[in-house]
Amino acid sequence: MKSAAADVRTETAKARWEREVLAPVLQKTPERSEAFTTISGRPIDRLYTRDDVGELDEARDTPPPGEFPYTRGIHPTGYRGKLWTMRQFAGFGTPEETNERYKQLLEAGGTGLSVAFDLPTLMGRDPDHPLSLGEVGKCGVSVMSLADMERLFEGITLADITTSMTINSPAPMIFAMYLVVAEQQGADWKTLSGTIQNDILKEFIAQKEYIFPPRPSMRLITDIFQFCTKDVPKWNTISVSGYHIREAGATALQELAFTLRDGIEYVQWGIDAGLDVDDFVPRMSFFFNAHSDFFEEIAKYRAARKIWARVMRERFGAKSERSLKLRFHTQTAGVSLTAQQPYNNVVRTALQALSGVLGGTNSLHTNSLDEALALPTAEAATLALRTQQVIACESGVTNVVDPLGGSFFVERLTLDMEEGAYKYFDAIDRMGGMVAAVEAGFPQREIAESSYRYQQAVEKKEKVVVGVNGFVDTDEAPISILYIDDQASDLQLARLAQLRQTRDNARVAAALDTLKDVARGTGNTMYPLLECVRAYATVGEMCDALREVWGEYEEVPSI
Amino acid sequence: MRTIRVVIAKPGLDGHDRGAKVIARALRDAGMEVIYTGLRQTPEMIVAAALQEDADVIGLSILSGAHMHICPRVMALLKEKGLEHVTVVVGGIIPDVDQDKLRAMGITGIFLPGTPMQSIVDFINQHVVPRAEVV
Repeated sequence: MKSAAADVRTETAKARWEREVLAPVLQKTPERSEAFTTISGRPIDRLYTRDDVGELDEARDTPPPGEFPYTRGIHPTGYRGKLWTMRQFAGFGTPEETNERYKQLLEAGGTGLSVAFDLPTLMGRDPDHPLSLGEVGKCGVSVMSLADMERLFEGITLADITTSMTINSPAPMIFAMYLVVAEQQGADWKTLSGTIQNDILKEFIAQKEYIFPPRPSMRLITDIFQFCTKDVPKWNTISVSGYHIREAGATALQELAFTLRDGIEYVQWGIDAGLDVDDFVPRMSFFFNAHSDFFEEIAKYRAARKIWARVMRERFGAKSERSLKLRFHTQTAGVSLTAQQPYNNVVRTALQALSGVLGGTNSLHTNSLDEALALPTAEAATLALRTQQVIACESGVTNVVDPLGGSFFVERLTLDMEEGAYKYFDAIDRMGGMVAAVEAGFPQREIAESSYRYQQAVEKKEKVVVGVNGFVDTDEAPISILYIDDQASDLQLARLAQLRQTRDNARVAAALDTLKDVARGTGNTMYPLLECVRAYATVGEMCDALREVWGEYEEVPSI
Repeated sequence: MRTIRVVIAKPGLDGHDRGAKVIARALRDAGMEVIYTGLRQTPEMIVAAALQEDADVIGLSILSGAHMHICPRVMALLKEKGLEHVTVVVGGIIPDVDQDKLRAMGITGIFLPGTPMQSIVDFINQHVVPRAEVV
């Protein structure tokens, strides 16, 4: 046995504290639980000190903001220069109803638009398809053809705003419609700015809104990379999304790792399609979830910037600073919202939004309190926007860049996130990349496991959800919600029938034939799609033409 | 008595299958036999699966707002096929105003976000009487 004196000389300050101060206290009053974990199940120590971040090299890992690898932020001035974009996702019913909501959000101080499409649009089905039964205009706005896109942005000057469109499989069709409306308004495509989500990998992994098999789907994306590099250079061609991966049940680390690995896959496919890394990577953006475990989320955003910068430089030889800087949108966690005691959701959302801001998000969507029950009412959507404005203007957190940098705990979590993500990258590289991993069902299984584990933790009350498995009210008064009836559906169905009678159907047929020819070959699909759109071909018709060439993807169901 | 057989189905165009998969596993862990149909099922496909699998229960996961179109169709088809003994439960985002209408159709189990898995297991155990093994 070593002498006590020797122990004292070699032990760390933390070990000394644990021995002298902590141990007697623990003996008298044990902690509330034997183990403490994040919402992702990561064990958390009771205290973090300098001893926990021994390997941190400030110059290498956490230089000041604006310096590689941007752990502390991509802008030297943080939010002192420019606040994040307050971008509220919205869409329901007819294009006219959504247009009205957009005008109201812009009036209330929103600084960008974000379009939510209904399920038929997202799945490339026209409203009269049997699977569209009951879905038209329900989860978002119904956009069947150019005519609807014209209605959606009536009175809104596209050259003056930035628009984000959450569309994936039919992204090229919807983007083409947006471009044609901009053209009609006299806008120059070269100055047009906004984002299309266009991230098919996370659809196969998590949200399951895929149409075509993975490989032709990847081609549509590289076609957009090529097209935009030349024709719409300021457009964000993809928003590589962890949001849906997290909502499907992934841990924070899985969200980070799968999302960045998806990003790597897109870069590789872009390079393989003949593009130079610095020509298209600067227009790639990211989209993360802001979940409830505050510090874990902040570490996730910080690690994301650091990993992306390193991977772009080391793996792909990117030289442009703009290729190295990861820009991201954040949305608070829809899955954390509860139908029980819905006003609690305002508090959850505020805390989640704050983690996004402390993590340096470039734009933010805050969910509304009623979204576990329905699409938000106008009042609830306004309160959600106000939540961001209170954080921006009243909390003081925007005065300083990366205020949590140097926190032993946050830096430890950031390092662990980074290490964990590289481990996942290695595993996926060994499988042959993310497309191959998706085809093998790897990320899907990982997420399903995490999701089930979390649910079990809630069932056993290891994790308390206020109002759900703790602090339950038995006598709750219902709140008023937005109810979407079938009027929008009826109107869209009538409009579709009319469109098919009044447009030049010979032009539509010829445009669809050209699209199929290009899809069979190797040309860029964006150009024939623009002609289809100008001829008022519908989303369903354009997707059907490509289904004919490429077939449809079907997942093997597993539980 | 035989084990309770449950068909968990995801109707419509929506792909958000986290809830469907979690409940499928929870019911299986509770000793039931669970058949998960996968995504994008029409009411016709769901009822055909229930018939083929000799199901005691159909669980529909609907988050998209299409429940007032899908549920009546499923109930009508069950009647048409003589499957009135099948208990239908729905989980998802179901506004208050629709819940009474669904109950009137015979859908007594309606589970909103945040429902503990155990209460769904209990509901099924209480409401379904497994039929004797057919010999």
